[in-house]
Amino acid sequence: MAKTATLKVRVDRDKCQGHNRCKALAPELFELDEYGNAREKGDGTVPPGLEEKAYLARSNCPEFAIEIVET
Amino acid sequence: MSERPPVKDWATDWDHLDRRWVEDPFPIWDEMRRKCPIAHTGRFMGVYLPTRYEDVRAVAYDTEHFSSRRVIVRETPPPRVPAPPITSDPPEHRPARMVLLPPFTPDAMKRIEPRARAIANELIDKFIARGTCDAAVEYAQEIPVRVIAHMLGLPEEDGDLYRKWIKAILVDGITDNSVLMPAVGEMTHYFMGHVLERIDKPGDDLISYLATAKFNGQPMGEEFVVGALRLLLIAGIDTTWSGIGSCIWHLARTPEDRRRLVAEPSLMPTAIEEFLRAYAPVTMAREVVKETQINGCTFKPGQMVMLSFPAANRDPDMFEDADKVVIDRKENRHAAFGLGIHRCVGSNLARMEMTVAVEELLKRIPEFSLAGDVKWSEGTVRGPRRLPIEFR
Repeated sequence: MAKTATLKVRVDRDKCQGHNRCKALAPELFELDEYGNAREKGDGTVPPGLEEKAYLARSNCPEFAIEIVET
Repeated sequence: MSERPPVKDWATDWDHLDRRWVEDPFPIWDEMRRKCPIAHTGRFMGVYLPTRYEDVRAVAYDTEHFSSRRVIVRETPPPRVPAPPITSDPPEHRPARMVLLPPFTPDAMKRIEPRARAIANELIDKFIARGTCDAAVEYAQEIPVRVIAHMLGLPEEDGDLYRKWIKAILVDGITDNSVLMPAVGEMTHYFMGHVLERIDKPGDDLISYLATAKFNGQPMGEEFVVGALRLLLIAGIDTTWSGIGSCIWHLARTPEDRRRLVAEPSLMPTAIEEFLRAYAPVTMAREVVKETQINGCTFKPGQMVMLSFPAANRDPDMFEDADKVVIDRKENRHAAFGLGIHRCVGSNLARMEMTVAVEELLKRIPEFSLAGDVKWSEGTVRGPRRLPIEFR
């Protein structure tokens, strides 16, 4: 039986300009620093059921700063 | 505004102060994007205008060839009026921006939101019994003016002064430096007084925060603080006024969207992002400082570039059904707040104000429609300046 892939999100801190779209769309997966710039929560692992939110956050980032990898 | 010589050709002689552009710029940009995606005009001493998302993005990201030392296209070269960090380039840009960011995070906006809601309701109280109002003048305009005064720790009644200066700087001053400079002078004098006061006796307002802010242990200095305050006022009022006005304009003439938002309030965040995309109020500018090429077009030093985020947001190569307003649009990388290092520092404030303005209006007046001619602003911030609505 094929193992279901686990997703991980990662914010490229050099690209992020603090538009705050990811945090607004997926607060379970992203958090902001004191300047309002985003980073992934914890190690970025996407809990089951939140995959769609991860993709939504990625496709709304104006700076193309969010990466999703399958592990 | 003075009569302008008629535009001969939008690709080579465009004029953003032309009547047709002011009324409805979208078909003009669509035509440019198809025929000449980086247009140019000899007016305003030479300005390029990219209309494709990709090209707007390329210019916004390229701080080596495109400087922010001039961010507004004017008829005559303006005397330098720094308003850091919007008028700063790297490396000076970063410290100014880092100091300005913390008071504008989403969490900071949550603390101001209750006052914004109260302001919206105080304004609605004044006109609701009348069954009609000018939603641009009596509502959309008042919210950002009062909220920014509240944040700065200044009397909300000083809003009349702010509006006067902003009109002089962003509208009349575009073609007339003799209007521009006295306004800048008055504004600087006004803020300097308040800054010096707060350095002595800081409170918990934004002026005090800036007056006492440090970067790497160094105070920012009064010049910086006054410049940043100029920026907050100039960039924080007309823009959000326009954003709120465009939302109301759209909802007044699109009953199906209005009723859907009333029935499904959870759609509000997506709808606000879509209004920001479709009716992005702000166009910035850059000065070409080093010759370069983008997409086959050569940019000559000394000329300006208009950075039309509104045109980029309507690019069909980037957005499906770019010309339609889809309030539940799933994918929306709109550039209403700019792209790159100059992303609007007040974007969270603007979103909060737009959301509050629309929510409170729909709560109290769910049914309304246009009740007369709409007048649109002239210049590089676009939004309704007269917006008669009725709700009997």
